[in-house]
Amino acid sequence: MAQRSRGDDPEAEIRTMQMRDVKVCLLGDSGVGKSSIVMRFVSNTYKPSLESTIGASFMNKSLVVDGMGYRFQIWDTAGQEKYRALAPMYYRGAAAAVIVYDTTREVTYRAVKSWVNELRSYGPPKIVIAIAGNKCDLEDLREVNRKDAEDYARSISAIFCETSAVTAINVEDLFMAVARQLPLEDFSDGDRRNGSTVNLRSSPEQRKKQCCSGGKNSPSSSSTSRPQSSRQS
Amino acid sequence: MAALGEAEQVVATTDSDQGDFNEAEAPGKSDDAPFFPSDSIEELIYDDLTEADHQTLHKGTIHSIVRQTSYDSRSETPNTVDQDTPDISAGEESLEDSAETQVNSNSISVGEQEECLDAEVEDEEDVNSPNWKNQKKHVFILSESGKPVYSRHGHEDKLVTIMGVMQALVSFVQDSKDSLRSIVAGKHKFVFLVRDHLILVGVTRGTDSTQQMLLQLMYVYNQVISVLTHSQLSKIFKQRRNYDLRRLLTGAEKFFDNLLNLMDSEPGLLLSAVRCLPLDNQVRDIIAQTIVQNAKVKDLVFALIIAKNQLVTLVRMKKYYLHSMDLHLIINLVNASESFKEAESWTPICLPKFDASGYLQAHVSYLDSDCQVCLLLLSVDRDSFFTLSECKDKIKTRLTRYNALEAIDSSLRRKSYSTQQCGITDLRHFLYKARSTAQYTSPELEAPYCLPGEDERLFGMYQYLHHRIHTSGRPLKILFHVGQYETLLGWVTQGFELYAVFGPLVTKTGAIHAVNKLLRWIKREEDRLFILNSPTF
Repeated sequence: MAQRSRGDDPEAEIRTMQMRDVKVCLLGDSGVGKSSIVMRFVSNTYKPSLESTIGASFMNKSLVVDGMGYRFQIWDTAGQEKYRALAPMYYRGAAAAVIVYDTTREVTYRAVKSWVNELRSYGPPKIVIAIAGNKCDLEDLREVNRKDAEDYARSISAIFCETSAVTAINVEDLFMAVARQLPLEDFSDGDRRNGSTVNLRSSPEQRKKQCCSGGKNSPSSSSTSRPQSSRQS
Repeated sequence: MAALGEAEQVVATTDSDQGDFNEAEAPGKSDDAPFFPSDSIEELIYDDLTEADHQTLHKGTIHSIVRQTSYDSRSETPNTVDQDTPDISAGEESLEDSAETQVNSNSISVGEQEECLDAEVEDEEDVNSPNWKNQKKHVFILSESGKPVYSRHGHEDKLVTIMGVMQALVSFVQDSKDSLRSIVAGKHKFVFLVRDHLILVGVTRGTDSTQQMLLQLMYVYNQVISVLTHSQLSKIFKQRRNYDLRRLLTGAEKFFDNLLNLMDSEPGLLLSAVRCLPLDNQVRDIIAQTIVQNAKVKDLVFALIIAKNQLVTLVRMKKYYLHSMDLHLIINLVNASESFKEAESWTPICLPKFDASGYLQAHVSYLDSDCQVCLLLLSVDRDSFFTLSECKDKIKTRLTRYNALEAIDSSLRRKSYSTQQCGITDLRHFLYKARSTAQYTSPELEAPYCLPGEDERLFGMYQYLHHRIHTSGRPLKILFHVGQYETLLGWVTQGFELYAVFGPLVTKTGAIHAVNKLLRWIKREEDRLFILNSPTF
């Protein structure tokens, strides 16, 4: 990670370099801008009136950070309460979780803490947590003090930044910070569930078990029971 | 329908014309249909609807696929139930007014009921707005304890009182071991459906019959189940009778709105039948085979392609069928959501007729850049997203290579077909449902029915015809109805249901001749209009 050779053509670099797959999931209340952040990050676009996500949507994005290639596999989850029970399906096996709140709605910030607690209790043990205060361009409407959030993030050693999907402030930096924080030894562990290694999950017994597990109690147990296989990258 | 000079003739079975209505084999008939032969409306008796069939009949389909018992644990306990929201007192006090109306039969007809409801809610904003009052059809969902869950028009918060009255009416009748089915007040029909934990009320001053309203309420109830599952709904209300269900249904309002709009315009929901995209037989086979070959994934139950509310193809797991009602909910999900167009999605969906107790996971993606052709892969495996995503890529590549996507696209652009193509003069429009396959076909709306308001009138006529034929008191086989602007012919046999609209001057003999000709035309086209085989994985 110490290398600092950044080529002039990142696209070409990405194509040739070894990629590390990083599964990231975005969590947070409905309407805080999770999908907008993902859209800004993945396609560098912004739509003012994005419809609320149904279930979860999945996107890929490759990024070079400090000379290392990362392929982000992003789960953009729905924030509505009815989908809350499904969250384990997405953060289970994730290398990082980005918890998003809306700086203009205090109530969404309060939800961050419950997400952190849930991740600490049921999430993968080494999951990198990032907290993003979105809509920071709306300074006039701010309800959440930046310093409070920052202090809280520090206290749980999470990454913190304020973002704006509208102006693209800090969006890419957020994911770069996540990439830098990933533990080295997590390298093979982190991508054990990525899409190109289907045969890892082909043990029928395991798959049956997973498809009906769920709820709050199972994720930790099922993630430990998953076959610990690794992939040469 | 109350036009002057309207004559109506019910063609009795002893009629001399009977010979012309020969029950030839129904076009579009197939023994290998991908759907359950659907409930026809006469089976939709109120008692059937009120029976909580979800648990008894349908529980365990997913279980039997998964053969795993821990499934139930997935529906999470709502541990954040709103503690301080007081129960709405759908109080005993309000019962006095309704007691005067002597509710002791199943169906009551009271003139003053409307005023009575209005008087109750004078201080509410929405109820007094003329805009709200002028809506043609209202649909309300409330919890058993009278808490508002959804209202088609206006904001539920401002309708608390009126929903309280509805709850009071229902529970008052229930107290005398009876059930409230409908109230007729002037032009308005109030239809009540009480299912587990929820009360659904439909109010219409349109052409919908009571039974048709009931069917619509049933759809709405199933939409709730589709979002929450029956087990979760029961669990929540068992824990807290006065739970505010809106918490869990946030974001689902658009599904209800869209479903109700579909029901006002889409004959498929009225007929409990599915419309297929007209497509060359061979192309459809190629599409189905491509899916079969490239989506051989364990635990994948259904794979289907939908384009513009029409079914392109459906591949199913052996032994399991998709009910047309469930398919309509899937179509509604796709139709109501813009967010699927942004990226591949992975979303839980419960299909109430398939298994009301659990979710299937749906991989939803669009195969074309215009976002018209939607592929859905429904699995019981919650972790199969990446596998299915690969299947989708393969399917997309193959379908592009075989020009199948192009064929779908051109069929979409061509629109469906014109009534003129059937070559029958004086026939303006028709609906044909093949009962054994639960599929229907109808031509494009053309003049005069493409004018604003006229399409609605046409739909109203179909509702009337459908109602008259299926009315539980006196079901008819054939109905010939001469109206002011058009003549209607409805004909129902074992194999099909046909509703045809002619010009006003057509004679009975002419109409009979025409429908026989039409049946022959449909027979010729059946390979293109219907899905007659049902590929399995």
